[in-house]
Amino acid sequence: MSINRRQFLRRAGMITALGLGSSFIISGFRKKEVAEAAEYGKSSKDLPAKRWAMVVDMSKFKTEEDFKRVTDACHSLHNVPDFKNTKDEIKWIWKDDYHHAFAGGHNQYLDDHVIHSPFMVLCNHCENPPCVKACPTQATFKRNDGIIAMDFHRCIGCRFCMGACPFGARSFNFKDPRPYIEEISTEYPTRTIGVVEKCNFCYELLAKGLEPACVAKSNGGLIFGDLADTNSEVRKIVSTKHTIRRKPELGTQPSVYYLIGGDDHA
Amino acid sequence: MYKGGKIIASLIIFIGLLTLPFFYNMGKANAGPDVPLDTPAIQQLADKDKECVESPEYMRANHMQLLNDWRTAAVRDGQTVYVNSKGTEYEISLQDTCLKCHATDTAASPVVLNNPVSSNTGMSNPTLNSSNSSPQFCASCHDYSAVKPLCWSCHFEPKEAVK
Amino acid sequence: MLETALSGSKRYWIWVSLLLAVIAVGFYAYMNQYNNGLGVTGMSRDVSWGLYIAQFTFLVGVAASAVMLVLPYYLHDFKKFGKMVILGEFLAIPAVIMCMLFIVVDVGQPMRILNVILYPSPRSVMFYDMCVLIGYLLINIVVGWTTLSAERKGFPSPKWVKPIIYLSIPWAVSIHTVTAFLYAGLPGRHLWLSAIMAARFLASAFAAGPAILILLCLIVRKVSKYNADPEGGAIQSLVKIVRYAMIANVFFYILELFTAFYSGIPEYSASLRYIFFGLDGFNNLVPFMWTATVLAFLGIALLVFPTTRMNGKTLVIALLSIIIANWIDKGMILIVAGFVPNSFERIVEYAPTLNEILVTLGVYAIGALLITILYKIAVSVRQERA
Repeated sequence: MSINRRQFLRRAGMITALGLGSSFIISGFRKKEVAEAAEYGKSSKDLPAKRWAMVVDMSKFKTEEDFKRVTDACHSLHNVPDFKNTKDEIKWIWKDDYHHAFAGGHNQYLDDHVIHSPFMVLCNHCENPPCVKACPTQATFKRNDGIIAMDFHRCIGCRFCMGACPFGARSFNFKDPRPYIEEISTEYPTRTIGVVEKCNFCYELLAKGLEPACVAKSNGGLIFGDLADTNSEVRKIVSTKHTIRRKPELGTQPSVYYLIGGDDHA
Repeated sequence: MYKGGKIIASLIIFIGLLTLPFFYNMGKANAGPDVPLDTPAIQQLADKDKECVESPEYMRANHMQLLNDWRTAAVRDGQTVYVNSKGTEYEISLQDTCLKCHATDTAASPVVLNNPVSSNTGMSNPTLNSSNSSPQFCASCHDYSAVKPLCWSCHFEPKEAVK
Repeated sequence: MLETALSGSKRYWIWVSLLLAVIAVGFYAYMNQYNNGLGVTGMSRDVSWGLYIAQFTFLVGVAASAVMLVLPYYLHDFKKFGKMVILGEFLAIPAVIMCMLFIVVDVGQPMRILNVILYPSPRSVMFYDMCVLIGYLLINIVVGWTTLSAERKGFPSPKWVKPIIYLSIPWAVSIHTVTAFLYAGLPGRHLWLSAIMAARFLASAFAAGPAILILLCLIVRKVSKYNADPEGGAIQSLVKIVRYAMIANVFFYILELFTAFYSGIPEYSASLRYIFFGLDGFNNLVPFMWTATVLAFLGIALLVFPTTRMNGKTLVIALLSIIIANWIDKGMILIVAGFVPNSFERIVEYAPTLNEILVTLGVYAIGALLITILYKIAVSVRQERA
């Protein structure tokens, strides 16, 4: 029996491939227990929509308390941790001023008061989202109702979406979030270390027929609805009143509109 | 074969050592995992309602695939209702459906979330930290088979159990 | 052929042990990061990519630069590069492996990396980046190993290697173009949103890569007495390539500066102002950028004049200047400054932490170890045939 090393390796490889291949084929033939006719569907309470959108009416936000209530409603429901430093910070909805939220084309003659006027900012759930394009695993994806959702199970934490987002809407779990959540809410899971997260337009509440947490606590400051529904409040406001969006020149088609001049639609 | 005698002898000893566990346990029956099905929630159900989403045989073989499919349907497709092979509807929720029956018996072992004060390993990566451990029902099989489920770094057991 | 790497002089083993020690430290630092999260690095919500991705960017260029040997030798029959091509391929392999390692240490959930292949996303540039990097690694391993083995046995290389070698030429260009596309397609980052990113990446790669290769050849000559360029023509040809590539790189940078500053659009020049002059009092990158600028021009000047580029000592200074200038540009400034100012026009600065630096050094040590092993193999094969 004199074969050289190369022949030996070649024969060993062939036998291994044959063995593995046939074991796959044999297990494929074995009958698997199959539960017949299982189906999936939407809940009867689910609020269907083609394009969820939000109108922000800052005239309804009058005190610090108003902003805090809205942010806390979201962050406490969704177990958003408070790391107490801006480096690791995670935020889904927060307040920033006009000058920074609508950056670009700075008007130096604008009243200081206007420059510093506050605006709620959050993920814009764009129609043309650069973050979804960038994601290499489709862990962030666009749902049929227009919501840009995160699949925390699939995210590998590459943070490409954070680079792609022109609005700074996304946060990363640089640390394990659980020790930094003051009061755990069992309504929604926490996230784990190493994944990206952001506002999800409360799609889990929409599936139960409820409105988003921030909207519920906003005293009419945040109006939520389906843009594709001609009778919805958001559609009426957006088509008739003066609204602006952040960085419209980038073509991402944000779904969050900011009402200029206030409105008495309540 | 050069030094053939020594090589063949060592091969036989090696294969003997390798298969030792099989020979040692030949003929003995293994007890298998002790799966606790007597949680308070299950005990409260009427006998005819003591049914899981699918049959035990199916779940034993396929719960991983079912959980994956549920995840895809709920997270990615927005479909939160599952109609099983018998036509019963269930809400797709690990916490509210599966754990409604299979939650850990709280008196026996309360779930404690990872907290730096109580963590004795000093690490905070929840996938490595044992404080984010599986409910007893899951752990009974998963500890036996040494396959660690990673669900609990994010998902909870139902409200009663959480401190 | 691997057995040639297992026997060496005392100096060889001291060097290998040193590298293993650095790798061990880097590994320990990485375990700290794995256990406690990327919070141990200097990255933040605003500057979400840092040292790791910057090294990846620089090293993809070094890996691509092997094409600057392959193209003249195989496509244009430039015989002078004959002995050096293998050294180029054996530099590309560790460079690509280091790139992949830097990605692995940078992601938040490394155990899930296979998701990129399980759930392919054809619209994502990162997906293509993974594909082309894996392909390039395989090409170089197959080509390098086969040609060297054939040479060792005294045969010509088998015919099927030729098409793979030809494939490696556009593939090398593609790996760096795809990497540039990672940055150049993002609408919110004005420092990167420029058509010339890919061209500049290639130019700086073809300057830094061959420069590193020349220095490695000089080290090999000193350490093993093996001369990959006995007539001296190959190194001078590579110097020519480095010279023109670096001039192109600097020229492209000046083009960027013109568009940004002459157009007057504030967002387009904000990051550049931050890099060169500081913004709102934040200026931690300014000294590095000016150092890179001075070194770039110094390197070009030393290579333009025949006396300085022929002289061994000034040649080394010129090459080092060019390598360091390119490393500062890609491996330090470009990635970080893309995030400054952030999407809210605020400045958040970045500096790497010690943990981050140790992990980086560990990965570089792995690359250096691989280069050592591969070069030892190549040189041993050549020397035993001689």
